[in-house]
Amino acid sequence: MSQDALVVLSQVEKRFGALVVLRDISFSVARGKTVCIIGPSGSGKSTLLRCVNALVPVSSGSIVIDGIKVNDPALDKIALRRKVGMVFQQYNLFPHRTALQNVMMAPIHVLKQDRHEVEERARRLLAKVGLADKERAYPGELSGGQQQRVAIARSLAMNPLVMLFDEVTAALDPETKKEVLITIRELAEDGMTCMIVTHEMGFAREVADHVYFTEKGVIVEHGPPRELLLNPREERTRAFLNQVL
Amino acid sequence: MTTLPVLLVPRPLPQRRAGELPKGLFGGGLLAAVLAAFMISILAADARAAIGNAASSDVLPILLKWSPLVLHGFLFNLLVSVLSMAIGTALGLWLGLGRVSHFPWLRRAASTVIQFFRNAPWLVLLFYCMFLLPFSITLPFATVPLPDTAKAVIGLSLPVMANVAEIVRGGVQSIPMEQWESGEALAFSRSQILWMVILPQCLRRMIPPWMNLYAILTMSTPLISVVGIQDSMTLARAALVAEGRTDLFIPMYLMLLSWFFLYCYPIARWTTALERRFQVRI
Repeated sequence: MSQDALVVLSQVEKRFGALVVLRDISFSVARGKTVCIIGPSGSGKSTLLRCVNALVPVSSGSIVIDGIKVNDPALDKIALRRKVGMVFQQYNLFPHRTALQNVMMAPIHVLKQDRHEVEERARRLLAKVGLADKERAYPGELSGGQQQRVAIARSLAMNPLVMLFDEVTAALDPETKKEVLITIRELAEDGMTCMIVTHEMGFAREVADHVYFTEKGVIVEHGPPRELLLNPREERTRAFLNQVL
Repeated sequence: MTTLPVLLVPRPLPQRRAGELPKGLFGGGLLAAVLAAFMISILAADARAAIGNAASSDVLPILLKWSPLVLHGFLFNLLVSVLSMAIGTALGLWLGLGRVSHFPWLRRAASTVIQFFRNAPWLVLLFYCMFLLPFSITLPFATVPLPDTAKAVIGLSLPVMANVAEIVRGGVQSIPMEQWESGEALAFSRSQILWMVILPQCLRRMIPPWMNLYAILTMSTPLISVVGIQDSMTLARAALVAEGRTDLFIPMYLMLLSWFFLYCYPIARWTTALERRFQVRI
């Protein structure tokens, strides 16, 4: 464990009724590092991310982000979510607002920042994700990959400490996948702390500092990407990688 | 020879620019039918007058003579419909939001109110309001009189309120949960998400059923004549009594009917057009 751990999970457990979705999940993410979480569908990866920004409450264990205890019953969810950005598989942009307005909404109404300042920053962010010419477009007029990049810019506009990516390329075709993955890689290289749930093994190998393989709600194996993806120790990891590669 | 519909080349839907009203808002056929019925009833009444011993002349001049008075009543009906709709919409919006609230007790209370007023006959509600509401309301600073018309407006706005609440509930619930989730992930509060993300999106879907409800309300306003308010129905009846001629009944009421029709039918057509447009857009 690093001294400068930004996200610390210890013995996190999540049950939906009798169904145990996460069991004894413990790890930490250091500031500026990127972790990838891989594993078969239904292994609880998405639920894990949702626990981190309190969209889903944990059943037991603790999650601490930059000093905020996520599992605290008196948690100020708004304060937590200001620090944690999240991008979803289905983009979930607000369809009645333009790309630029989508990016500007939260900083103006949640952080109460000055509109002109926010607008300038939003333009910069859209340019950063390669969509400077699409600021007036409505989500319905953008391709999936473009929408997803707007969603990333929208999340970044809150200046989060950590970004969560939940299978953000799963709904995209190979062409547009690449644009989104490049955007995320640039982010990670710029020093953003990222937690990425993905099925893209090549991407995980490139971008991650550490990779976790989960199955049936437990961490089966973890390690640096080269080691885990090329020479897995566990039989189950090997079986999974053989199937997806 | 039979033609299987599945083998036909799909025809493109007629394209219409946004905001443009459909051609023939009055739907020629139906309108012509109503006007024809009106004219035939006048001719029939004339014929009967000619055969029988009625001394009088044409029916049309008599109708024209009374029409300003009846029209006055008709405009009063429209005023009542607008006021009831405004009050019912304002109340129904909050009731509908209560129905989708996070608090179970609020949800249940709203649901009870909605179910009660949606399943009560409008006329009965009207009677209740006429007889249960006081003549005046005493406020700390003044006494506000509550005339019968105000009571009638309140009586009609209650079922409108419940129906608007259902429209709001349906609209809010038609927005996918992911919109709530992404709003939450951006640190918006629940009420911010509701007012800035959810409601603007469902407004478009709520307008057609809301207009439909307004047309139904307008056609129901003659109910107030039953509780003793002078509306178009009361005045038409008074005119008939004054003339004392049974052959005027059908033309007189057909005249009134055609006014309501002329007012409500375009609304219905417009609603259909909006529905079609929104369906394509979404």
